[in-house]
Amino acid sequence: MKIERFWTLVFAIGAIFATGCFVYAPFNDDWWLIPNVSSVGKEVDHLFIIILGITGVVFVATQAVLCYILWKYYDRPGRKADYIHGQMKLEVIWTIIPASILVFLALYQMGTWAKIKFRSSLPKVQPVAEVTGRQFQWVFRYAGEDRRLHTDDDIFTVNDFHFVKDEPTVIHLKSADVLHSFFLPALRIKQDAVPGLTIPVWFDSSSAGKFELVCAELCGWGHYKMRGNVTIHQSQQEFEEWLKKTKSEQDRDQLSLANAANGG
Amino acid sequence: MSDTAIFPVTLPASSAKPVAKAAPVTPGKLAMWLFLATEIMFFTGLIGSYIVLRAGSPPTAYSNKYSPNTPISAIPNPEEVTFHKWPLPYDNAVNPLSIDLTAVNTFILICSSVTMVLALGAAQRDDKKATTRYLLMTMLIGGTFLGVQVFEYYQLMFGHLYPVGVSATGHFRPNVSLFASCFFTMTGFHGTHVAVGVFMITCCFLQSLRGVYGARNFASLEYIGLYWHFVDLVWIILFTVVYLI
Amino acid sequence: MQRTGVEKMSDHGHSAGHGHDDHIHPAPTNFLSKYVFSTDHKVIGIQFLISGLIMFWVGGLLALAVRWQLAWPWKPIPLVNSIWAEYGYRLPPEVYNKLFTMHATVMIFFVIVPLLTGAFGNFLIPLMIGARDMAFPKLNMYSYWFMWPSIILMSYSFFAPGGSAEAGWTSYPTLSSFSWSTSGSFNGQTLWLASLLFAGVSSLMGSINYITTIIMLRAPGMKMFRLPMTIWAMFITAILQAFALPVLTAALIMQLLDRVVGTNFFAPANWMVANSGNVVGGGQVLLFQHLFWFYSHPAVYIMILPAMGMVSDIIATFSRKPLFGYKPMVFSVSAIAGLGFIVWGHHMFQSGMNPALGATFMLSTMMIALPSAIKTFNWLGTMWGGRIQFTTPMLFAIGFVAMFVIGGLSGIFMAATPVDMHIHDTYYIVGHIHYVLFGGSTFAILAGIYYWFPKMFGRMMDERLGKIHFFLTFIFFNGTFFLMHIVGMHGHPRRIADPTVYEFLRGSGVVGMNQFMTINAILLGFSQLIVVYNFIYSLFLGPKASANPWNSNTLEWACPSPPPYYNFLKIPTVYRMAYEYSADAVAPADYWPQDQPENSEAVASAH
Ligand code: HEA
Ligand code: HEA
Ligand code: CUA
Ligand SMILES: [Cu+2]
Repeated sequence: MKIERFWTLVFAIGAIFATGCFVYAPFNDDWWLIPNVSSVGKEVDHLFIIILGITGVVFVATQAVLCYILWKYYDRPGRKADYIHGQMKLEVIWTIIPASILVFLALYQMGTWAKIKFRSSLPKVQPVAEVTGRQFQWVFRYAGEDRRLHTDDDIFTVNDFHFVKDEPTVIHLKSADVLHSFFLPALRIKQDAVPGLTIPVWFDSSSAGKFELVCAELCGWGHYKMRGNVTIHQSQQEFEEWLKKTKSEQDRDQLSLANAANGG
Repeated sequence: MSDTAIFPVTLPASSAKPVAKAAPVTPGKLAMWLFLATEIMFFTGLIGSYIVLRAGSPPTAYSNKYSPNTPISAIPNPEEVTFHKWPLPYDNAVNPLSIDLTAVNTFILICSSVTMVLALGAAQRDDKKATTRYLLMTMLIGGTFLGVQVFEYYQLMFGHLYPVGVSATGHFRPNVSLFASCFFTMTGFHGTHVAVGVFMITCCFLQSLRGVYGARNFASLEYIGLYWHFVDLVWIILFTVVYLI
Repeated sequence: MQRTGVEKMSDHGHSAGHGHDDHIHPAPTNFLSKYVFSTDHKVIGIQFLISGLIMFWVGGLLALAVRWQLAWPWKPIPLVNSIWAEYGYRLPPEVYNKLFTMHATVMIFFVIVPLLTGAFGNFLIPLMIGARDMAFPKLNMYSYWFMWPSIILMSYSFFAPGGSAEAGWTSYPTLSSFSWSTSGSFNGQTLWLASLLFAGVSSLMGSINYITTIIMLRAPGMKMFRLPMTIWAMFITAILQAFALPVLTAALIMQLLDRVVGTNFFAPANWMVANSGNVVGGGQVLLFQHLFWFYSHPAVYIMILPAMGMVSDIIATFSRKPLFGYKPMVFSVSAIAGLGFIVWGHHMFQSGMNPALGATFMLSTMMIALPSAIKTFNWLGTMWGGRIQFTTPMLFAIGFVAMFVIGGLSGIFMAATPVDMHIHDTYYIVGHIHYVLFGGSTFAILAGIYYWFPKMFGRMMDERLGKIHFFLTFIFFNGTFFLMHIVGMHGHPRRIADPTVYEFLRGSGVVGMNQFMTINAILLGFSQLIVVYNFIYSLFLGPKASANPWNSNTLEWACPSPPPYYNFLKIPTVYRMAYEYSADAVAPADYWPQDQPENSEAVASAH
């Protein structure tokens, strides 16, 4: 084989490897998006796959053309290169086609973004908790019996977040010291916690169970271990039982209250 | 862009004498304009931040009875306190700046721009005496501006004791409030620019004593003049946004 | 059109021919003025090149330590583990943060920017426009020597109490602005800020010089629309730099003042961190991010545009074909630069910035992909129907096109705000970074080194070693970075010292991928020893290079290799664009240098 042909293969192998990874990914749980449980997450995944499809086609097409060129037009005796400076028609075509794809993508996702983050689309419910990031833990303040935050019967937990399945859930996100980021990978939710701001975040979940909360913004030496547990309850009743239990433990253990209140 | 740029050779900036007769600007002048453009972006960064910070300052940030940014929860009798979003001019309870003095100082700086123009004009007319005279005046007037600013800083930081609404410690220093931080950073950087300008004008003045500038050699006066007018212009903007509104 | 150009040119050429000898600056007389404090743009370019390549190793080795920790968390790192003997040979977690912070800082501010604009910009601009030097050779020298305080401060910060900075290369407050918030926020962060201020001044001097030189010192006949793409890219880059960098300077100064004077720009009212005393505060945390990205987004284009320019020239040369769509190329470079100023918010989609603003930034970000698309297609168009010579520089240039497409397309995912919500601050971003910065900028730099080495040092590099180097780099590069997209979409956060803290990252697939990437990274690092060997060997023992070894058209090949200190004995006159390859007019020759006068019959047949 001619060495020139060899280079075509090298570039082809690169492209095949890249494409292959994404073709294989859905078949391996460790490779693919982790299973989604939220309604906004469904839309995010849907968008992800659409973009993956579009970029995948673009990618395969450009790499195929590249390899074809390398295969066909390599230097050899008797070959003369074309003498052409460009072609307006082609330029117009390859401006308009990507432009329309990009405009389509931009408009297509607008709705999802508005639904997730715009203040106007925040569900009209009481926040289930006030969440405060601090070096290096998540502090949760739940409303007590009176269903209102910042009263004497508030319940505190550290790195332990509970809410109820199928209910639109709102939290108020704050930071006590530096930037943190509230990241629920299984719900596709991410929002930075910013010192000085209180940011409402909403989400929901279609299944109950245990999940993980990640701190996704660099916050110091312990950033890597700023992990929280998330428990999604089957029903409001189950959640309230948990709240009650936590409350009684908290009343018993005044020390933990004092500690947590410092952070809240 | 035209195809007239034909400087076959260049020499170090100090001795760069354009070879082409047709060239509309010299490399030095172009570079000076570019430098000023970067300076504009720098001050835009500072002034833009000032505007954003000021707009985002909470309505209770300043008050006549408590030091800046005292949490409202720590104030026992909020009804009796007058709150401000930002210190307003002449409001002595929260604003320590002496606007009258600075207004005079602004006028002084503008005068120095005028004398700089006159110095350049004199050089172009080949009037070496007048060049030297106007340069000396520019230098002195610029120095006066700096002197007044130093005096102002001294009064603010050490000379006076201000009410608690200005500063918890009584002294107005960069760390006492956001207003102070903005004030000192912006006027401080402007002051540094004036100082550099005065230094360069002093050098020009010394050169002019040797009769260096004349109708055939006034490029560096022109460049420094450009810089000086720029510094003047920035001051007018700063004076407006920091002191007057 | 060409004809009138020639007529006009000829009398300029004439006037330029007059008495230029007395303008040639004197030859440097001693070692210091020749190699150290030189004002010769070529020497300064090579100084930037060497220091950049040395810093490349610093940045690369830091990256390998990062990779080691990710694959085998807390296992002693071979060779260097004794540094942490007192911690039981384990890497302390804050050191991990220092590693990637300094890795990125070094790579961006001391490798890519100095190599692209400092080394290639300096070396090529005067040569390619047909000038004897920069407009301000002294300023040029200062620009290089201002890098040194910067490098020294940054290197010293490793040894400062608390160690070097560890707030990421983005240095967001309040982590970076309160000394107590993390150990690297003691003097390390202050030194980091001071260092970058020097680097900024250096870059600013450079860019003013480049813009002036390109506007004022072009050889007769070198119209703006005859400039090679490299020069167009350098020109636009310098403008970007000049307008964006001062804003970063302002931001860095404000952060520095927050730290050392106690100003209140980036701290909210009455704030405290890690039991430090309260500050008065009243400022805004997000303001820094806006200012930072107002510079640093344009900065990523500063790191790709010169690369794109160099690649355009290399591809045209080795396809023996005119560059396809020269004007569209120029316009897309300008469009990238222009749009580059209004997309900075795409780094802040999840930052708490107003989501409506996020939507507008999303729109502008989508639009900025368009000029890149045009460029990609034009590169393909250039190669199409060409006579492609697979030299080492060409291989790296093709590699650039192939890899930049991957990096660019992953950018589309992140531009989509809802998708960014999932992949922001994950390895998906890290994958993007490295595809554009390594697969893009670094590939182009390597292409540039192989391509211009003969001009710089007068000797050829070894082609066989070059090809082996390309092959290994291409393979291991993809092995190192492609899977980052996969772990990233799985949710793997960036900047974490130990992924196994999270259950969903403990699966054998994720751990396996992390180890696979690390092994590839180490091999990638080792492969670079080949180019080092090739570089040093060829420097002294390579075969002597002719003036124009690649049969290229641009002006730098019109002077000897290496060029004398005055570059051109006689300032060349430019008759045409840089891309007249395989023109019938000059057949059987397949190139037609810009400075070669056309004979009248050739002109007649060409029109
Ligand atoms: C050389 C550097 C470089 C370049 C060129 C780019 C190019 C682009 N970047 Fe990238 N970017 C970085 C360096 C760079 N980036 C870095 C360092 C970061 C991380 C900073 C940090 O947080 O540490 C970052 C982060 C970053 C983010 C923030 C992500 C986050 O933190 O959440 C986003 C979001 O929109 C983004 C988008 C883009 C886009 C849309 C482009 C576009 O310009 C790409 C355009 C190119 C193409 C699209 C490919 C070619 C086109 C085609 C083949 C045509 C057809 C295509 C379509 C129809 C889709 N980048
Ligand atoms: C140009 C930029 C550049 C380059 C080249 C690289 C190169 C590499 N990077 Fe880099 N990286 C960044 C820019 C870059 N990176 C940025 C901006 C970040 C974000 C940081 C942040 O979050 O703040 C990052 C973050 C980052 C992370 C994420 C850390 C984290 O978030 O926790 C990782 C992890 O694997 C990583 C790995 C690597 C590896 C293995 C290489 C390897 O490719 C390195 C191999 C190279 C060498 C060993 C040296 C080779 C030497 C030469 C080529 C010189 C040749 C000499 C002659 C010709 C004489 N990088
Ligand atoms: Cu908290 Cu990272
Ligand atoms: Cu960007």
